[in-house]
Amino acid sequence: MVASRDYEGDHGAKGYVMPVKQDPAPRRGAFVDFAPEDSCLEVSGFGLRYGGKSALRDLTLRVPRNRVTAFIGPSGCGKSTLLRALNRLHDLNEDVRREGEIRLEGQEIHAPEVAVAELRRRVGMVFQAPNPFPMSIYDNVAFGLRLQGGLRKRRIDDIVEWSLRSAALWEEVKDRLQASAWALSGGQQQRLVIARTLAVEPEVLLLDEPASALDPISTLKVEELIRNLKSSLTLVLVTHNMQQAARVSDYTAFLQDGELVEYAPTDTLFTNPRLARTENYITGRMA
Amino acid sequence: MDITSDIHSQHISRQFNHELEELKTHLMAMGGLVEKQVQDAVRALLDGDSALAERVVDNDRAVNDMQIKIDDECTQILARRQPAASDLRLVLAVIRAASDLERIGDEASKIARNAVDLVENQSGTRGFVEVRVISEHVRKMMRDALTAFARFDTELALKVVQEDEQVDSEYQSAMRSLMTFMMEDARAISPVLGIMWILRALERVGDHSNNLAEYVVYLVKGLDIRHTAPDDLGDEVLGDEG
Repeated sequence: MVASRDYEGDHGAKGYVMPVKQDPAPRRGAFVDFAPEDSCLEVSGFGLRYGGKSALRDLTLRVPRNRVTAFIGPSGCGKSTLLRALNRLHDLNEDVRREGEIRLEGQEIHAPEVAVAELRRRVGMVFQAPNPFPMSIYDNVAFGLRLQGGLRKRRIDDIVEWSLRSAALWEEVKDRLQASAWALSGGQQQRLVIARTLAVEPEVLLLDEPASALDPISTLKVEELIRNLKSSLTLVLVTHNMQQAARVSDYTAFLQDGELVEYAPTDTLFTNPRLARTENYITGRMA
Repeated sequence: MDITSDIHSQHISRQFNHELEELKTHLMAMGGLVEKQVQDAVRALLDGDSALAERVVDNDRAVNDMQIKIDDECTQILARRQPAASDLRLVLAVIRAASDLERIGDEASKIARNAVDLVENQSGTRGFVEVRVISEHVRKMMRDALTAFARFDTELALKVVQEDEQVDSEYQSAMRSLMTFMMEDARAISPVLGIMWILRALERVGDHSNNLAEYVVYLVKGLDIRHTAPDDLGDEVLGDEG
């Protein structure tokens, strides 16, 4: 037991404890503290069930263009599930049932006329563990371009260089483009994967714990890269590392138990969250 | 979200709970010492006790040491814990509050030094009524501000902020009557100036107590009211139930 934290004056305040207040908002229904004027992705009433188990419930949020939006929350809260839903990675799983809509630039991404391959080009994804293909650095970046076809060698060279520069990797690899991608360090591999995604000119980049397998210096490089990329695209980041979300994101959504709890500018969410559930999570308190 | 005074004891890390509790305890201890310094300085004048006044001047070092210790604890918490939300606001509020308390300590020293001069020159009791009235008022403000800090009580904090205007007007009125003394009797100029410096110091104690109260609102509500007009405070602070 620690000493009394009350003021030790002679006014009888000692031992006084204010009654605990409850969340002003009801348990259901998120607290959303901003309305982006220019959003790139819009999720509305979105829910997802895996073989009868509900993973996401009635999520509605808008992802602002040319900004970094972070999804945070405890393990199993649905943040990665939501991220994967944004480029339809759940399509491969037959057990998944979804409801609600996700619109990219106004178009419902599940509409029959939307080709999944084209959607995934427009909405690129980077995973936790760097996954370069077993080929050279150059070929990794050129892979998507060759798949699209129709580009001359010179044009591919240019795009590879531009992508590696955009991913802040060019200076480190320009003299060994034909070396195996697997010879790179973990942090370089992750930036290579980002370069490979950038080569096909996505509009949105989804990052699922992109730095959690990296050392602190590589982490800072990836974070710096994320900040620089937002001038040309929209980024959505899932992270366990709250300091990372605070460092790099402009907006933060806190999810818990498959629901959106609070979505606000990062400045506000990390200094003065509106809901007790958010406060408890970001300050490491018991719920 | 409004926070309550027990919020900093609910972390998963018990060590962090302990560090924040210690921080609050040390700030309150510093508040207690500083309040006693002001009380003793004023009593030294009113009772003509120059030895007590000397002790107040000596004790200022202890106040300064406490500020340094509290600042150091805050630095450690910022570096090691990277606090967020209410934890961050607590650390910032404590750093600011410790700085204001240290300044109040300086004002107590000023009062004590002037008291030594006045007592040793047997300057009479002119202006003592004003000193007594204003000192009681600012000490109440200071106590209430510290209590508001301990209880996370924004209503009490707002009362302190609103009282500061009253102290300012009492100070102005005391100044006018002391000026009259000086105009009436040139021999009174020197002792009355001493009293004026003491009143000025007490008025500053009121201003610093006002600052302490503003930090309570920041800590509890996340609102910065340092530059909000007193008339608008009620709406901004109590009207916000978010």
